[in-house]
Order: sequence, then structure tokens, then C-alpha cells
Amino acid sequence: MSTMIDDSAPPEAALRPLASSRFGRIGEALGYLAGLLLFWEAVVYLLDVPPYVFPAPRAVATSLWQGLSSGTFFYHLGVTLFEVLIGFVAGSLIGLLLGIGMVTVPFLNRVLYPYVIAIQTVPKVAIAPLMIVWFGFGVQSKIILVAMACMFPVLVNTIAGLRSTDSDRLSLVRAMCGSRLQVLRYVQLPSALPYIFAGLNTGVVLAIIGAIVGEFVGARVGIGVLILQANFALDLATVFALLVVLSATGVLLNGAMHLVERRVCFWSGRSSK
Amino acid sequence: MVETSKESLSIQDLGLIYQTSAGPIEALRGVSLDVRDGEFISIIGPSGCGKSSLLKLVLGLQDATRGEIRIAGVPVKGPSRNAGGVFQSPVLLPWRTILENVLLPVDVMKIDRKTAMDRANELLKLVGLGGFETRYPFELSGGMQQRAAIVRALVHDPRLLIMDEPFAALDALTREQLSAEVQRLWLESGKTIVFITHSINEAVFLSDRIIVMSARPGRIVAEYKNPFPRPRTFADMGSPELASLMIDIRESLDRASAT
Repeated sequence: MSTMIDDSAPPEAALRPLASSRFGRIGEALGYLAGLLLFWEAVVYLLDVPPYVFPAPRAVATSLWQGLSSGTFFYHLGVTLFEVLIGFVAGSLIGLLLGIGMVTVPFLNRVLYPYVIAIQTVPKVAIAPLMIVWFGFGVQSKIILVAMACMFPVLVNTIAGLRSTDSDRLSLVRAMCGSRLQVLRYVQLPSALPYIFAGLNTGVVLAIIGAIVGEFVGARVGIGVLILQANFALDLATVFALLVVLSATGVLLNGAMHLVERRVCFWSGRSSK
Repeated sequence: MVETSKESLSIQDLGLIYQTSAGPIEALRGVSLDVRDGEFISIIGPSGCGKSSLLKLVLGLQDATRGEIRIAGVPVKGPSRNAGGVFQSPVLLPWRTILENVLLPVDVMKIDRKTAMDRANELLKLVGLGGFETRYPFELSGGMQQRAAIVRALVHDPRLLIMDEPFAALDALTREQLSAEVQRLWLESGKTIVFITHSINEAVFLSDRIIVMSARPGRIVAEYKNPFPRPRTFADMGSPELASLMIDIRESLDRASAT
């Protein structure tokens, strides 16, 4: 009675390329990295590039090891991390609360939005000297710069998230006699979490930039200060070593954010309407 | 006009006009309807007959342009605790477990969770969701999600349950199962149910009374009683009474769509 052909049956399991497993992919990436480092070392050696122009990977590794084993890097990294974390938490909180306020109170939105945009369009580097004058060479000025840097992405994403809440979910809680605040608490804020985390992920990266910019402009301790000092001494191997430390820190912070996100927004992306 | 409050839902001369950029659109005109306490009625009509608007008006999510709605004698001025709604999609919150989703009205209305918990568990068992309390919505099938949504609408014990094409997104087999379950739920709970649907089959299977509405502006054009004894089975749908009732409704729907 039916001439339907069942074409939904899966074909024989396709041969998977070796690198498709997680382990294989990591190995592959490490392999490329080793190749790149070898090439770099070879070019510097063969062309006899002076170390104050471009240091070889081995020189960078030596500087890195010295900085780490003497504890110098850790001390300065500690200060920079402190600025980054405090500033990030403060800036994100301000961004989150401002976002909630601007979505729930239209008046706030009208009054604040132009200023928020105006502040955002000014490059943080341009404000940095001002902050040093006002708040000194200590950590305060950097914390404020970091907070300013990460506030904006969190704010913008919070607003976008709260506004894009599915209208059925809003109706649902309203039909239960839910107040404006209850709609926010039970539906809008949780729905906005994936957006808010997108803002936090951007914010964490901007936070590191903000701290280094602040330290460049005026500070006594911090990774930014070390980079400037090494640069003046034409010790490029140390500069490279510090860049490695910075990017490793960024990758770790970003990874930590993703871990938190996956725990908090475990439901995100799963189909359910 | 002496009215005893035997009506769970009373709609008087309801009219609704939307203001759109393309000018006003009349969605409902002169809709009057009384639903007895404990009655099961279905509202059926072509697309765009304002059925979904009716749901929003009854749930107090929107204001009518004219006329009045009363639930258990009380005029609807906004959302009411006396009504529970089930939408076309389950609208479960993905960050809450099934039990927490079902208890959402309890949280929002600030009812004591302990007393509501027994009721929630009992209702979940009744619709076959016992054992799924701690699961998340995305772990359940569409039919199971809609079952949870029905329990959620009933958990605060409203007098009136209004359902807007609740099975629209489900496959035919699941629709039949859920229809049978809604009938059982209705028989055991004695709620007043207003069931908005596209399906003549479902309307006839479930209802004491079937209201046919016309296309925009939505008006009531016909009303059919269905006294067939309960509980009904799907085999009953082949009986001469129900079969001819379905033909009658089909004809009046065709007329309603034509105008």
C-alpha cells in the first residue's frame, strides 16, 4: 500500500578524520605552535636579527622563566589582576543596574542614554590621564578605568536582553497578576542572562585593556609598568614574555567566564518554547 | 436584568477594535456569551476570527473597546486569580524544573508553597507527569510540556480555565491523547473550561456546547449543544449523533468563512 522508501536510515558510520577527537585537535594545535616557534627561531638565527629588534623564542622563554621564578611577574600580575577584578565587578554591576533601570523606567532611559553614548565614544586612553590626576598613581584610577571599560558592553547587552524577552513569557506572568517587578524577576532577567553573559565576556577582555592603559599612563606597579620599563631598556625578550603572561591571563579569565556561563545558563540554546 | 451568579463566565456585547498603522481593524463585534459553572464549551472559527483576542480579553491582558466580561460575577479589569490560561505553546521557563514551572503561579500570587505542593504533585500525576517533577522542560516532549502547562494553569485552583488552541503544535496522536486527558481532568475537577480550537473533532469530543464564530470582525454565528453522555471515547465519534453534529458544524463554519 505504500511505496515509500526509508531514506532516513543513517549510512555506515563515516570514517572520521583523526583530528576530529578532542585529544587529536589539541595535539594538532600544539603541533602547529611548535612548527611556528621553530620557524621563528630559525628565521632569527639565519637572518641574524638582533635581539633588540626581534628576540628569538628561546630568549623569550628564558625571560619568562626568570620573571616567573623570581616572583617579579607574580607580584605585578597580582596588582594588575586586582585592578581588573575589582573594576570588572564594579563596572558590570553598574552596567547591569543601569540597564535594568533604563528598561524599566523610560524617563531614566531618555535622560541617561545620550550621556552613556557620549562617554562611550570617548576613547578610554584619552580619559586615562584625567583619572590619574584625579585619583592618583595608585590602584583607584585603574579600577575606575577598568570599570568604565566594562560597563558599556554589559549595559548594552542587558538592555537588549531585557527588551527581547519573548512576549508570551511576559503575558504568562502578567496573566498571573504579576507586578512589573515580578515580571522582571521571574521572566525578564533570567531570559536576558545569555545576553548579559555575552556582555560580561566582552567586558572581561576590555577590563584587561583598561588596566594596562591605566598603568601605561601612570602607575608604579603592574604588568603595564613592567612592559614600559622593559621597552625603554630595549629588553624585547621580556616584553614578549609579559605579553605571553597577559594573553594567558586573558584566556584564563575568559575561560572562567564561559564556565560560569555554562553553569548559570545551562538551559540556553536548548529547544523549549 | 436579574442574574444569578451561576455563570462562571459572562460576556456582554464585547467589541474590540485594534488601531494599526493601516487604520483600525475590528477584531470582535457584539460577542455575548454565558458559560455555566462547570460547563465545557468550545469556540471554533476560521483564522482571524478574533479567538485569540478573546483569550487575551478574558485573561485581562487587554482592554475591550466596548462591552463587559465577568468571571464568577466579578468584572474583568485586569488579570484575575479566578482564571487560568493555556496558550498555543507551553511557554515553560527553561531554567525552572517541571515542578517549579507548575508552581510559578503560586510564587507570583504569593500562595503558600506547602499547600500548593500537594495539589501540584496530584495534578502532575493525573496527567501522567509523575516522576518528571525534577526534569527540565527541554528534556520533555512537546505533548508532555503542554501537559505541564495545563497543570500550571490549574495549580492555583481557578474557577475558569481558558485554552487557546493548546494542541496546535502537537501531532495527531498526541492531540487525541491530550484531548482524552483534558476530558478526564475536567470530569474530575469540575472546572469551567473554554476551549478555543480549529478542530471540529476536538470541539465535538470535548464540549457540552460549541460556539461557531465568523471571520473578521469576529461574531458568534451559531451555537450547538452536545448532550452526548460522558465519559466519551474516540469510538463514540463514529456514532450517528456526533457524526451529524460534526457535519452541521462543518456547514456553519463554511458559511462563516464565506462571509
